[in-house]
Amino acid sequence: MKKIKYILYLLIFAFYLLPSHLSAQQQRFPKPEFESGYEQPSTVTPEPRALSLEYFDVLVLLAVLSLVTWLILKKRSRQGVLWVSIFTLIYFGFYRNGCICPIGAIQNVTLSFADPAYAISLTALLFFLFPLVFTLFFGRTFCAGACPLGAIQDLIIIKPISLPKWLNKTLGLIPYIYLSLAVLFAATGTDFIICRYDPFVGIFRMDAKFLMVVLGISFLLVGMFVARPYCRFFCPYSVLLSWMSRFSKRHLTITPSKCIQCKLCSNSCPFDAIDYPTDEKEVVKSGLGPKRFITYALLIPLWIAAGVFVGERSHTFLSKANNDVYLAELLISNPEIKNDPDNIDVQTFLASGKTMETLVEEAGGIRQKFYYGSMIAGGFIGLVIGVTLLNTVVFRKRQDYVPQKGNCLSCGRCMDYCPVEE
Amino acid sequence: MEKESKSKNRREFIQSGARLTLALALGSVSGLALSKVVKDDYVWQIDPFECTQCGRCATDCVMTPSAVKCVHAYDLCGYCDLCGGYFKPDANQLSTAAENQLCPTAAIERKFIEEPYFEYIINEDLCIGCAKCVEGCTSFGNGSLHLQIIHDICLNCNECSIARVCPSDAIKRVPASEAYNVKGDFSKKPES
Repeated sequence: MKKIKYILYLLIFAFYLLPSHLSAQQQRFPKPEFESGYEQPSTVTPEPRALSLEYFDVLVLLAVLSLVTWLILKKRSRQGVLWVSIFTLIYFGFYRNGCICPIGAIQNVTLSFADPAYAISLTALLFFLFPLVFTLFFGRTFCAGACPLGAIQDLIIIKPISLPKWLNKTLGLIPYIYLSLAVLFAATGTDFIICRYDPFVGIFRMDAKFLMVVLGISFLLVGMFVARPYCRFFCPYSVLLSWMSRFSKRHLTITPSKCIQCKLCSNSCPFDAIDYPTDEKEVVKSGLGPKRFITYALLIPLWIAAGVFVGERSHTFLSKANNDVYLAELLISNPEIKNDPDNIDVQTFLASGKTMETLVEEAGGIRQKFYYGSMIAGGFIGLVIGVTLLNTVVFRKRQDYVPQKGNCLSCGRCMDYCPVEE
Repeated sequence: MEKESKSKNRREFIQSGARLTLALALGSVSGLALSKVVKDDYVWQIDPFECTQCGRCATDCVMTPSAVKCVHAYDLCGYCDLCGGYFKPDANQLSTAAENQLCPTAAIERKFIEEPYFEYIINEDLCIGCAKCVEGCTSFGNGSLHLQIIHDICLNCNECSIARVCPSDAIKRVPASEAYNVKGDFSKKPES
């Protein structure tokens, strides 16, 4: 008796389970059965760009890098570099629409470390690494002819003016700030600012928001007189490249054998990246010496502390760039906004069934990341300012005209001015 | 002379030391990244079950018109005469007259098949991805119309500019080998 009852229960249970299971699959309006021999078309889903083509891009990058390096170090041909940069502009710029590029790949690498759910694709990693490896061995040949952003600016230099040294140094701090912010925003999963504010991608695509087109064109206009402004004063990748280049194994040389101090090259560099021979007397007169060096060295920890402080102060402001933090703040500070039917973000959040507590908790977690990240970024910028100042009082003896290894873009213009034969 | 060569040696030592350090740093970054690298590429795609048809796909893509288009999962379509995705809710009659159509660009073609069924085909060249039809189809019909990123138009930006503003985070990176989430083949993930 008991057994029968048990089976009965089981049957009733199955009876309840079955229709509910079916109805989950059912449509409001079931698909009709056609009598006229109608053939249903299939949904068209065009394939994305083939993976093999992505690897082909890596090969092209490798080939261009090798070619430019050979042209700079062996062939010593500015003409050759010019033609390669035209190819780069056409291929990586206008054909590939400026995407994929090593500058933006910084963010992919950062995100792959910060977000366990994100794995970087091999092509992006290789695009990030190859230029750095080449620069570590041969100087910034990537900037000379393998970077589409550099190429478009290099080709429009008309009458470069020389900037005063202090301005060069000060503007040269911007890339460090840009890089710190880009890494901070990428690591917190907030935004990829390098790609978003890339001034030339709109020109490559011939399609962008109005403001971005204005930005791109103004960069090009300024670039006619201040050579390659983005490369020198904004590009976050240039920070990494200049580190590599400063200690590179080999580097472009102005003269093929021995400098004869003819000064012909002294005005040839549009980027103010040639160091002149030092005049020892002047150095002694200016009072640069160990005393000042020690003062500036002792100031470095203070700069770092100041940077950390500024970072700590600004983390709340910076974290508002994150959508979740912004939404949470908006809902807390302005609860009436819940009644605004035009605010899509708020309405979507309310409809999603997510509770306010979860949102606030998530936003708090992101803000915590910003708290530490901003302090690290601030400390880093402080360190950079301190070291830059220290560098201004370091005296290095030079007898010849030599390229500044860190800032030289290896474009090869100076080589054409050198009268020395091999 | 000896002093000079000494300082030169010291400089070279510092140089190669720094170079080695940088090489090691590069090596460790690549090693760490390689430990979780994927050979497949990523593309952006919309999860149709998370999409709320807010309309930002039409306005925020870097392409004009947007690379987001409406696709039709015919398997799910009810072939209704009164199609919630085709007609405005206040349409005065069920005809192809423009004033009755929900689509602002008349990108949906309505074709009679047999009584009382009609076929709806999306003209991709006209579609701007505004999701008006998707909203209609989802709220009144089967939800066979839905948005997808069409990959021969999409530039595959490093960060999708629509994903950044998507209110429901419906746009995600997916492996390039499974580039579409077409309803029917792609079903709602069970609630965990």
